[in-house]
Amino acid sequence: MSAVAIANAAYIAAALLFIMSLAGLSKHESGKTGIRYGIAGMAIAMAATIWLTLSGQWDSSTSFGFILLVIALVVGAVIGLWRAKVVAMTGMPELIALFHSFVGLTAVLVGWNGALHAGELAPELVGIHRAEVFIGVFIGAVTFTGSIVAYLKLSAKMSSKPLILPGRNLLNLLALVGFFALTVGYVNTPDLWLLIAVTALALALGWHLVASIGGGDMPVVVSMLNSYSGWAAAATGFLLSNDLLIVTGALVGSSGAYLSYIMCKAMNRSFISVIFGGYGIEAPSESAEETGEHTEIDASSAAELLAAAKSVVITPGYGMAVAQAQYPVAELAKRLREKGVEVRFGIHPVAGRLPGHMNVLLAEAKVPYDIVLEMDEINDDLRQTSVVLVIGANDTVNPAATENPGSPIAGMPVLKVWEAENVIVFKRSMASGYAGVANPLFYRDNTRMLFGDAKERVEDILKAL
Amino acid sequence: MSLIGVVAEQPGEARVAATPETVKKILALGYKVVVQKGAGAQASFPDEAYAKAGAKIVTAVAAWKSDIVLKVAAPTSTEIQRMRKGAILVGLLSPAFNPKLLKALAKRGVTALAMDAVPRISRAQSMDVLSSMANIAGYRAVVEAANEFGRFFTGQVTAAGKVPPAKVLVAGAGVAGLAAIGAASSLGAIVRATDPRPEVADQVKSIGGEYLAVEIGEKMQSSDGYAKATSKAYDKRAAEIYTEQAKDVDIIVTTALIPGRPAPKLITAKDVAQMKPGSVIVDMAAAQGGNVEGTVAGKRVVTKNGVIILGYTDLPSRLPQQSSQLYGTNLVNLLNLLTPSKNGKTVIDFEDVVQRAVTVVKEGKITWPPPPVQVSAAPVAAAPAAVEIKEKKKMSARTRGALIALGFAALVGLISFAPPPLPQHFLVLTLAIVVGYYVIGKVHHALHTPLMSVTNAISGIVVVAAILQITDSNMLVQVLAAVGVLLASINVFGGFAVTSRMLKMFTKGDK
Repeated sequence: MSAVAIANAAYIAAALLFIMSLAGLSKHESGKTGIRYGIAGMAIAMAATIWLTLSGQWDSSTSFGFILLVIALVVGAVIGLWRAKVVAMTGMPELIALFHSFVGLTAVLVGWNGALHAGELAPELVGIHRAEVFIGVFIGAVTFTGSIVAYLKLSAKMSSKPLILPGRNLLNLLALVGFFALTVGYVNTPDLWLLIAVTALALALGWHLVASIGGGDMPVVVSMLNSYSGWAAAATGFLLSNDLLIVTGALVGSSGAYLSYIMCKAMNRSFISVIFGGYGIEAPSESAEETGEHTEIDASSAAELLAAAKSVVITPGYGMAVAQAQYPVAELAKRLREKGVEVRFGIHPVAGRLPGHMNVLLAEAKVPYDIVLEMDEINDDLRQTSVVLVIGANDTVNPAATENPGSPIAGMPVLKVWEAENVIVFKRSMASGYAGVANPLFYRDNTRMLFGDAKERVEDILKAL
Repeated sequence: MSLIGVVAEQPGEARVAATPETVKKILALGYKVVVQKGAGAQASFPDEAYAKAGAKIVTAVAAWKSDIVLKVAAPTSTEIQRMRKGAILVGLLSPAFNPKLLKALAKRGVTALAMDAVPRISRAQSMDVLSSMANIAGYRAVVEAANEFGRFFTGQVTAAGKVPPAKVLVAGAGVAGLAAIGAASSLGAIVRATDPRPEVADQVKSIGGEYLAVEIGEKMQSSDGYAKATSKAYDKRAAEIYTEQAKDVDIIVTTALIPGRPAPKLITAKDVAQMKPGSVIVDMAAAQGGNVEGTVAGKRVVTKNGVIILGYTDLPSRLPQQSSQLYGTNLVNLLNLLTPSKNGKTVIDFEDVVQRAVTVVKEGKITWPPPPVQVSAAPVAAAPAAVEIKEKKKMSARTRGALIALGFAALVGLISFAPPPLPQHFLVLTLAIVVGYYVIGKVHHALHTPLMSVTNAISGIVVVAAILQITDSNMLVQVLAAVGVLLASINVFGGFAVTSRMLKMFTKGDK
């Protein structure tokens, strides 16, 4: 029984564990088991690989490599665990985007290594090997800069407005053509400058792809980058002829792509346009400006309204995350439930900057997940609801999406909060939402605006109760 | 700094234009306030309470000499003479019905603001006296009816026998009508309501009434928030409904008013004659001629067959404390609008539709009626600008099939020409893609974030690639690989740790 055979057996086990892990994560009940499977799979895969690497002949480079490995693993583990421990739940999107960039960069490094040291290969495989190096480096570099831009945009270190270069679709296309030409060149003559050129090209393309996507599409972008990072891992698998990498990379790649697809459907966005960096997205046309008179309400009247309500639905959005209002909101829900008011949460699929972001925040604040419902589950009940609280959401509750075919967000499924008896909108000011679309909801007769910081206002209501 | 005077009303009007509470708010706007002695007595607001709130108690003459006079009912001609030239009068002036009053005010050289001319727009809701008074009147109408009615409102089953619930018909589901429906249904009566605007059906239902639709092919759209006159066909069908209902119900409350016109006659003498003895009709439109034939404004009338018709026109005044408070608040909101810098200086801005509408006399000139304002309580949907709506091209089944076949052919071609290890890799890749798709297919939306973070951790598997390269003979490769291991392991450890942290937070409610 050779080391390779044992490693292969371990790889199969690891691949199965990863599949079970993903399957487990699709339900609340099995989520925790799912993650244990994932950890076990990763442990087996890493242990088998380390053993495989070290089981050969022991020489000076092996021992140097071993020392490097231990240091890198320990440092990486410490940094990773530390970041995971201190991150605020509102900062999850940024963290995940940043993590994706690491996978991308590693794939680039592995690709470069593959180029620097080709090893002995059968003559008919040499060309293929070079192509694999290029593909791996390309996907990795796109993932790397794309994720960095996503991270910067999500953490507001960079403007979330889409970067609109003239002829950007052509630029993307040119980059692809350039990549193809460089690959052909490299397969024939493996010059180092070609490798440098393709890395630079891919880095620029990754940057441009994500920079040209507006903040509103960020949830899809993060999910898309997740998929890219999987493909990057799969590409390194081809390079190193390692099936585990291919399997795992493809799993992540296809699941990420499917997840992005689900989200695109939820936003009524074309999947293709998001993958190809805002392809075909036009700047929102100045649609019929919705203005009118809005009516304000103060916290104590809002509290009275809530106390007298039969049923309350809370629809949070990114504003709740920004204001860190999830704790007072959870407290409000708890207090109202104790008073016998039926309280539920209605979550739009793309509320927040990450799919399921709101659910994580509410879970953090100990809101039981069985009163947190999806848009489709709650939309028909809104008609019978006494009060809807819109906390920091805007585009996801915009009636223009269903009523105004000229609106830039027309056709996007939204929470029909305006059908409820009363709507209280928590908002900082009358500015429009992420998509830059005016919201006629604010001027409805049954809408009351409660201006100010969401967290402070909810706390005021709690006091008034 | 202007002086505001709160004057006493004529006998028969129990309301007062300011309460101690609203006096405080007026003072906060920078004004000085004087209150005529005994002005709030009938509404149970003693002079001491006003004094305590910060107002000065003065004689009638002094109060009328103020820069701004706050009043409830329209002033008499003697009262107008008591005013200073250039002063401002605020009150319920009914400018449409009182041309003489406007002339008298203009002659005196004052500025008059009619609280009942506030336009019905959202911004002006807080000053809408008609709504706040109608609300009170609707409630009081039911209370008056209950007072006259010889039976319970609610149905009961007692040891002494069964009591059927009273049946109430409310004509007109405006603010007053809705208040009446609410009051009657909370007393336990069966309430039915009519209104020419079908969109009020939901409002009627929401407070416990049943909406009787007048089913003809006509729809009423009102652009100024009030009901309009109806068509003949409509009136005919409506009359039939009233005749049917009159036989059945015990109590009728009518609230139908059309601005600037006499009240429509809804219930004929014949209908009244068919009602059961002891039935009660409250005609809230009595002041404008009444909705019921036989109503006498301000009086209680008993018909030959024992039906009591109440034509009280002072319903809000019968709840003086409540109505003074609401009226006073409406006035404060108007003063708030007229005092933009909160320094006790009044500015009337004719550019503002609300201020323009309430000002019926300005410095001796009649400014009624104001230019019409389209205020659209129910906005008429604007036709969307011509926008090209791109039809999404749906792929036809045939092109779809062709594409799939082409893809398969390409895949097969690629694999059959590829040298040894590649076909095996492609097989693995393809199967893994399919598995990934199915595994994720039924994921609960709430778990998207944990799922994404776990797949992120799993994509850290790239660490395996870096580990495989770390024992290379080339030192540069080794160092790059080590950097790769470091980065990827941040991912692996961090990803799993943060996912389990998230999953621990998801808890199920025990309720």
